[in-house]
Amino acid sequence: MNNQKPMDIVQAGLAKRYKKEKRFKLIGLSAIIFSLMFLVFLFSSIFLNGYKAFYQAELRIDVFFDPALLDIKDPASANFDALVKKSLRTTFPDVKKRKEKKKLYGLVSTDGSFQLRDMVLADPALVGQNRSVWLLADDDVDMLMKGYIDRNLPQSDRRISDVQIGWIDKLIDAGRVKFRFNIGFFTNGDSREPESAGILGAAMGSFYMLAITLVLSFPIGIGAAIYLEEFAAKNRITDIIEVNINNLAAVPSIVFGLLGLAVFLNFFHLPRSAPLVGGLVLFLMTLPTIIITGRVALQSVPPSIREAALGVGASKMQAVLHHVLPLAMPGMLTGAIIGMARALGESAPLLMIGMVAFIVDIPAGITDPATALPVQIYLWADSPERAFVERTSAAIMVLLTFLVLMNGTAVYLRSKFERRW
Amino acid sequence: MSNLLLTAILLGLVSFGYTYGRKHAFTTGHSIGGISKLHSRPTYHGMLIAMWCILPTFLVLLIWEAIEPSVISSMVVSSLPEKYISLPPERLGLILNDVKNLAQGLNFGSTVDPVLLEASIHYQQLQQTGINIKSASIIVMAIAGLLIGFKFFSPKLRARNHVEQIVRCFLILCSLIAIFTTIGIVLSVLFEAIRFFQKIPVGDFLFGLTWSPQTSIRPDQVGASGEFGAVPVFGGTILISAIAMLVAAPTGLMSAIYLSEYASKKVRATAKPLIEILAGVPTVVYGFFAALVIAPLIRDAGTAVGLEVSSESALAAGLIMGIMIIPFVMSISDDVINAVPQTLRDGSYGLGATKSETIKNVVIPAALPGIVGGLLLAVSRAIGETMIVVMAAGLSANLTANPLQAVTTVTVQIVTLLVGDQEFDSSKTLAAFALGLLLFVVTLILNVLALYIVRKYREEYE
Repeated sequence: MNNQKPMDIVQAGLAKRYKKEKRFKLIGLSAIIFSLMFLVFLFSSIFLNGYKAFYQAELRIDVFFDPALLDIKDPASANFDALVKKSLRTTFPDVKKRKEKKKLYGLVSTDGSFQLRDMVLADPALVGQNRSVWLLADDDVDMLMKGYIDRNLPQSDRRISDVQIGWIDKLIDAGRVKFRFNIGFFTNGDSREPESAGILGAAMGSFYMLAITLVLSFPIGIGAAIYLEEFAAKNRITDIIEVNINNLAAVPSIVFGLLGLAVFLNFFHLPRSAPLVGGLVLFLMTLPTIIITGRVALQSVPPSIREAALGVGASKMQAVLHHVLPLAMPGMLTGAIIGMARALGESAPLLMIGMVAFIVDIPAGITDPATALPVQIYLWADSPERAFVERTSAAIMVLLTFLVLMNGTAVYLRSKFERRW
Repeated sequence: MSNLLLTAILLGLVSFGYTYGRKHAFTTGHSIGGISKLHSRPTYHGMLIAMWCILPTFLVLLIWEAIEPSVISSMVVSSLPEKYISLPPERLGLILNDVKNLAQGLNFGSTVDPVLLEASIHYQQLQQTGINIKSASIIVMAIAGLLIGFKFFSPKLRARNHVEQIVRCFLILCSLIAIFTTIGIVLSVLFEAIRFFQKIPVGDFLFGLTWSPQTSIRPDQVGASGEFGAVPVFGGTILISAIAMLVAAPTGLMSAIYLSEYASKKVRATAKPLIEILAGVPTVVYGFFAALVIAPLIRDAGTAVGLEVSSESALAAGLIMGIMIIPFVMSISDDVINAVPQTLRDGSYGLGATKSETIKNVVIPAALPGIVGGLLLAVSRAIGETMIVVMAAGLSANLTANPLQAVTTVTVQIVTLLVGDQEFDSSKTLAAFALGLLLFVVTLILNVLALYIVRKYREEYE
């Protein structure tokens, strides 16, 4: 063995070592591919689950606005429900049994009566006339039309019965079923009926919350960053503040929810479920991030700027506020936008302060009860109806769109205004 | 007077103070031979007067808002007949609530106690007077501030220094908010947790093996307080976090190694931001995905090979949580690996080592403290993650190491105990705060440790 030359030993092991090298590189590559594949899987499954929620089935029903049913003096309180039922009965005159009638009424969304009411309120002259009206179909009909309900299953295993399928087929043959863009999804509040549930209420709640968060956290975060970076003496206290901020950035978000519950709700008695409290909690949560990014932005401004300002006689405060801060602003804005994006996607602390209630009305102010977009997603994800799965995915798409827009703006700002000194 | 009008008046006064003060400084400056004769530039004089106008007013407003409700309440209470005042404080509080509801026009009972009705009218009157006094005093304060500001004005006044001092105070206040937040968290969680530990001994909580907070049906029943042994809850948290770390640690680390050591610039510039998208996806989306897609997938796969898999298995939640953490581990490892000096690598190459040998024997050992710190941060994030486990993990507290069974976690329990109506003295709700305290302490220790390690490591190579 010993008379082998060192080179030979190396040569002998070389093939094996290269193989190992290749394997190692492959493992690294597959780790990346795994993450990327998951990303594609996640987005495509959300898209495939949700894109159909953007359109929705409607049924054309002939309605006779019967004056006997509608009190002309007070159309708002008239029984439009009965009108819908009567119109359905005239469309399918051979349905006689009570049980079957009930099934028949189930074809049209319970919100169909509101549609008719709105029509009459807009044009009272309709009363006494015949009209052919497109009414929102029930979510089960919608699901059947979109192919989520298997017709071949035994009747007891699906939410829609054989008779109902027969009626729907008749309506289809008569050209009385169509899909239409689902505007209600963007203009309605939450609802127990999937076909009329929308995200506007949650989106407004998120909007109010983010507005409060931004108004508070941006100036305060920048103020703190300026003080810590430019003015604070390097001593124990600033050290403690710094460590504290870094730790605060890593505290689980749900703990901020506990803080909000104990302090804002139980101590200050602020209203439950209000965007005001949500905004305050998210403000405390995003503040550390904004301070940290703000400090980085200030650090990237070269000292020569400060020195030049001081050299021509500016005070320290003038040097910072008039010269350093404007140069650090793009970086700070980027940090703030990223912080806002994170706040927009956050839901755990909001569960703690009661923003998970079922709220139909669209909030009109910061103290009205509201939910937020991610919480709405959580609520819908819990609902058993198949139609809500579709809506959850659609709401996720909307949320992700907002996040992409915000992060995109941040990246754009950074690339446009970032200066290398 | 409405708040909006009041704000408008205040804003008007402030802007008047600023513009007029500035103008006043200009004219004074010109009359004494140019504005360079003033100590500060006119803008600063204007600002100082505006601050005189708004700051004391704001302070008064804050104090007013803080004490007004309790003052009015006590005035209403003292006007009630003797038989009400002698009631115990809880009853009195309820009566006061009734009065307030009545004052707002809410009436839940059919018959209204005439005494309470009278009190509610009294309450309304007091509130109205309060608003009037508030508006009047605020406007008077603001005008007085303006006058004082103008009175103090003189060409020699060091307005800039004063203004800068005030701004500085504001900046200090901003940086203290972070401290107050921490104190607020600690106090709010600690305070409720102590109340919990008065009912349930600390030992039972920390070492108890059963967690069933929902057992109370009647308040006076034996064992109505439920059982609050946190071990299974923490066991579940550890199980899910361990699964998550098993996914995230190797994947994140290998991705970082590949990106920083092997990948070309182009691949790095596209792959890194793409993977970081995973970090930007809201956790509720992961939760939905885990519950809707991954959990059924795992259950079906398990049934196919004859295993019994719970539909809320720890595996599904842990797997998705791991994927959420990948970019986090990757970014930190990437930073750390890039901080290893090139000379170390060059030395290794010079000895004839291949790239992978260099990475395994030189780069990783050199970067180890930083990587460990990053992994600790990742663990702390996994422990504190809420939405994924709320949506994909179970509610029942099983003490098991089998990833195919359903387990519960600390965060899930906090959410289930606190969502919905709560009464604030039941041990059920207080237990959530005790869990929150534990969660906070554990993550805090992990964070402090990790940040310390990472910091120490960075210093080593700087």
